[in-house]
Amino acid sequence: MTEIQYVAPSTLDEAISAYAAASGAARIMAGGTDLLVQMRSGMVKPGLIVDIKKVAELNAIEQTPEGGFRIGAAVPGAVLEEHPTFGKVWPGVLEGLNLIGSTQVQGRASAGGNLCNGSPAADSVPALVAAGAIANIKGPNGTRELPVEKVPAGPGKTNLAPGEILVSFTFPARPKGSSDAYLRMIPRTEMDIAVVGCGVSLTMEGDTCTAARVSLGAVAPTVLLVEDAAKALIGSKLDDAALEKAAAACSAACNPINDKRGTIAYRTKVAGVLLKRTTAIAADRAKGG
Amino acid sequence: MAKLHVTTTINGEPTEFLCEPHHTMLDVLRDTLDLTGSKEGCGSGDCGACSITLDDRLVCSCLMLAAEAEGHEIKTIEGMADGDKLHPLQQKFLEMAALQCGICTPGVLVAADALLKKNPNPSETEVRYWLAGNLCRCTGYDKIVRAVLETAAEMRGAAE
Repeated sequence: MTEIQYVAPSTLDEAISAYAAASGAARIMAGGTDLLVQMRSGMVKPGLIVDIKKVAELNAIEQTPEGGFRIGAAVPGAVLEEHPTFGKVWPGVLEGLNLIGSTQVQGRASAGGNLCNGSPAADSVPALVAAGAIANIKGPNGTRELPVEKVPAGPGKTNLAPGEILVSFTFPARPKGSSDAYLRMIPRTEMDIAVVGCGVSLTMEGDTCTAARVSLGAVAPTVLLVEDAAKALIGSKLDDAALEKAAAACSAACNPINDKRGTIAYRTKVAGVLLKRTTAIAADRAKGG
Repeated sequence: MAKLHVTTTINGEPTEFLCEPHHTMLDVLRDTLDLTGSKEGCGSGDCGACSITLDDRLVCSCLMLAAEAEGHEIKTIEGMADGDKLHPLQQKFLEMAALQCGICTPGVLVAADALLKKNPNPSETEVRYWLAGNLCRCTGYDKIVRAVLETAAEMRGAAE
């Protein structure tokens, strides 16, 4: 085994310095539920592991002055679930995050790790994209913000520059009558990887949808923001015609692979089906809240 | 290579150990500290046989670096019984034959204990979902789930 070093800095600046100095040989560790498996299988051989769980900004759950939330990139799903209000405002984000793995994995796995691992099938990412969450990034050259959908670059790859660390996600304030949902298609009931994932965030005024964002996972090299599907929903009463149009937009956006979990044809069809089901759940929640 | 010196608490006892940076908590529990109750089934977080708690949160010790234990509190299956007195879950698993080969049992018990601490009155569905990450190839799960529900009912009765 090649020599590995481990550091657990207590400040963000120390973490960035250590990460940047290792110039590509380092890996950031949040929950470690992907990294340790990849190290064990020999897929990655980091020279340095930078454990960021002692950095306050990466573990905070805060309400922003604008009325939204800022969630540290390393906050585990089980911790976020215990927050008194986050899951009421963003139930879809929480359900996406806590579909990942077992209870044991949820005690460690974070939305930031899920995003930076770069899987096209990452369960928390479509819900984050639908939510309009912003990734707050800090590196040797300062801070920047990216919409979550701009972070993945392809399977296992992100658009973070060398030395940059994903610090937190900012969620916007929610107008009254808003909610979200995430559904995935898997052939089992638990502990599986999405064949297709769909995140929908909506604002309803009475029976009319006034704002929507739609995202799909596992149907392309990266999680997709499907603007045409959202356009089909906005202004409608979520009637059959609008849902058919949005479902068709989802299927049209798909660029999936054939693999053991599903064929191209199956994934393309299921993307539309999931859009309808997920929209129904999000709309129910939005009308109830 | 320089070993890391880690100071932690395991089952209430202040503990120090040396480890390599790539060692998992499971490696150190079993091979350095001789706490062999936690088992390695898969080594990739799928089977739950290595379940422990880290600051009272259920985790797979195979998916945690030993170095991460620094300053935290670890609990393992070895800390579950009170001396010779078995924990009610352990006693009930014996009475109801909720195990056969026993490899998954330490992880199942640690996970079930974490559930009952969080939710003393779980439904069958809640037990099944909570234990979805603890694989058992012998029992078909029914006896495990019934033993957890029965223990929960008894512990609630004892607490009244």
